[in-house]
Parts: sequence; structure tokens; C-alpha cells
Amino acid sequence: MKYVDEFRDGQLAQELAQKIKREVQPGRQYHLMEFCGGHTHAIFRYGIPDLLPPEVKMIHGPGCPVCVLPIVRIDSAIELAMDHGVILCTYGDMMRVPGSRKMSLLKAKAEGADVRMVYSTLDALALARQNPEREVVFFAIGFETTTPPTAMAIQQAERLGIKNFSVFCNHVLTPSAISTILESPEVRELGTLPLDGFVGPAHVSTVIGSQPYEYFAEEYQSPVVIAGFEPLDVLQAILMLVRQINEGRAEVENEFTRAVSRDGNLKAKRIVADTFEMRREFEWRGLGMVPYSGLKIKARFAAFDAEKRFTLKRRSARENKACECPAILRGVKTPRDCKLFGTVCTPENPIGSCMVSSEGACAAHYSYGRYRDHLAADTPSNLIQKSEA
Amino acid sequence: MCLAIPVRVEALQEDEMALVDIGGIRKSVSIALVEDVAVGDYVILHVGYALNKIDPEEAERTLALFAEMGELEQIASEAAAQL
Repeated sequence: MKYVDEFRDGQLAQELAQKIKREVQPGRQYHLMEFCGGHTHAIFRYGIPDLLPPEVKMIHGPGCPVCVLPIVRIDSAIELAMDHGVILCTYGDMMRVPGSRKMSLLKAKAEGADVRMVYSTLDALALARQNPEREVVFFAIGFETTTPPTAMAIQQAERLGIKNFSVFCNHVLTPSAISTILESPEVRELGTLPLDGFVGPAHVSTVIGSQPYEYFAEEYQSPVVIAGFEPLDVLQAILMLVRQINEGRAEVENEFTRAVSRDGNLKAKRIVADTFEMRREFEWRGLGMVPYSGLKIKARFAAFDAEKRFTLKRRSARENKACECPAILRGVKTPRDCKLFGTVCTPENPIGSCMVSSEGACAAHYSYGRYRDHLAADTPSNLIQKSEA
Repeated sequence: MCLAIPVRVEALQEDEMALVDIGGIRKSVSIALVEDVAVGDYVILHVGYALNKIDPEEAERTLALFAEMGELEQIASEAAAQL
């Protein structure tokens, strides 16, 4: 497919990997965080860790919107579906995320709640028009990529005079999450999470542009390279980061110029700014309360705000204590460090959100990386001993 | 969730919608978020909406960067030497 296949050329990937190996300085470590779940997915799917020299370590950041949504918000969505009798619609990957007491939207549906999976906010609006006697709530989550479509749906509902449609808004902002990571004690004080550079999000940046990252480069002296989601994009971005680190630079570079400009998509940004405003704080799984990191619907569109329209009980929600999602999302632990990984917690029966979404670090590692672990454990000498025994 | 894909615009439709080709499958998507979409443009599609156009020249430039980085540097230094 055009603009896909040519960015997946295996021969070129090998050549890029060779370039990275040549430019890595001996004795130096390069800890690079990919912020976006799309990159996490691509890195595992195309076996990029196998191509990298041991000096380059990829750390998986909190860039999967499903993974960072706290349980209390999932509980609220389930409450909307079960107690308020609405048609609750959402994107597919939200359906199986466990809330409190292992309840999920899929289980709520099995128990009779009207939960529908939609591909687009356009489908949610269509449902509202087809069911004028029912309340239709769109459970909206996501970063800056999914926010403009939600804003469009709200504006269109107003324009068309659709009265039975509202949005349960959980949209979050990428730059504030990156700030929180850079300000975290693990990075600043303890040094347990060394971060030498960031692979910046692809599709988020098509909307917000490369400009918002300039602050990190300047303030935290952290290089950022915005990269597309194909394997060659990721390898090229790693090469560009290695070069910046070698040369002592901390700049924003853009590998994804085919879709990202400095200012981003002005039309999409304008529609978002017209529809939403910042929440003073929003809770993230793994990061806790993060100031000015989430969006709420502006008062002008209050009629379409499910949080205004329905009275939701705010219960405190309990996380599964053994689940390491919060530490994995901060990059402090890896999926392998979690006792539940691959045993109790699998993509078929996820305990934590990192295992639910295909962009979650645990699901990506389970699908593409876990056999590598076995190979690493079975070193040649072990294999010989085993075969002799 | 964020796994968007490039698609080709096949036809423009009413209400800021367009027919696109997704690897052989045709689907109607919204182009309301992008200015000046024309037939033949490639756009990045995410949850039913085009998010931005793909610039074919920039795509070629990126591909050239992968393939010929060493050679390009050589050409540039040769050109500089001739000045």
C-alpha cells in the first residue's frame, strides 16, 4: 500500500540498524522513551529491539490512552450503561478494560446493558438519530488525535439539533504527560529512570505540530525526534536521537515531515479550542493527578456533557495490588517485572489495562516479545546442558 | 487506538465526506478536519476522520534519506567543493 510498504523495507531496516551500531559510542548508554503506544506496538511487531545494539534501550512511556485511564472513570462509564439505561458507545479497545471488581463494559453488556462498539464518533451520532427515544452517550477517550473527532461530533449534534446525544469526556494531553515524566522523582531525584531522549508521537503531532515539544528540548535539555509509525521511521528517529546525544544537542527534530508541520493542523486545533477547555487536573493511571492534563466540554456545550447531564456516583476505585501497570506506564518497570504477566494476565483475560490495548506495553510484549525472553533465558550453554541431560 | 493509516481519496462527497480506498476496500470518511482535500490526495485516517494530508514530496524526501544518506552527504560535499 502506498506510503506504508515503502516504509517497511527489510533491507533498508538492516542498513539503518548498521548505521545506528556504527554511530553508538562505546561505553555510552542511550535510554530512549517512545511516548506513543503506536510506537510501542511497531517496535515489538517489527522486532526492532533485535536490530539495536545493546547500548540503545527503548523505554515504553505512558502513550496509550486506554492504559492511562484510571479505573474510576471506567466505573463511571459502566455506571452510565447499567444504572442510567443509556446506549453507551465507545471505541473497541475500551470494551474489555477491567474496572473495579473485574467488571468491564463487555460484562455489563452481557448482563443486559446497552453497550455498543463504534468505529467513529459519526457512528455514535447516527445511533442517536436512529434512537430518538433513548439517551446515547459516547465514552470519549484518547490523546490529541481522537479529540478533534469528538469535538466535531459535539458541534454537529448542536448544529443538527440532536437532543439525546452527550459525551463522557476523558480526553488527555500529551505535553503535560511528558512534563510529568520529566518532573517525576524517578527521573529527577532517584535517577532510577535515565532518559536521554524521546521519540515523539506521530499522529498526535499531525494535529498539534512539533512546536509544543520545543519547551522540553529547551527546559529539560532533552532531545525529541517526532517519528512516523512504520519501522523505518522508528529506526531513523533512533539514529537521529543517537546523533543528537553524541553531539550534545537537545533539539526538536521531525522525521515525520510528510504529515507533521511545526504548527500542526490549525483547523483541527481551532475546533478543539472552540469545544473544550482544560480541566484543572485529571487523574492518570500510573501518574496520579496531573495538573492541566485533561479536557472538559465548555459550558456553552453543557447540554452535550454527560457529566452534567447525569449524576454519577464517585466511588474510590481499587486497583489490583499485584498489577504493575502504574510502574510500567512510568517506564520504571517492564512487563517482565510483573508477577501476573503471561500467567494470570493475558490478552484473553487482562487484569491490567496495559494488557488490554494492543498498544499497551504488556500486550505488545506478550504478542511479539515473550518468545525472545525464552530464547534469552535459554542461552546456548543452557541448551547444551539440557540436551545432555 | 492510535493506529491510523494512509488512505487515498477517490471521490468527494456531500457534508465534508469523502470516499477513500483502504487497501482495496472503499469507505466513506469525514474530511471536515482538513482544508482543501482533493481527489488523489493521501490523508492519514483515524477513527473515521482524515487528520492531515500526506505531503508526497516530503514522503519521497524521507525515503531518499533512508536509502541514500551516505551518498547524499557525499554529493553535498562534492557540490560544496566545486563552489
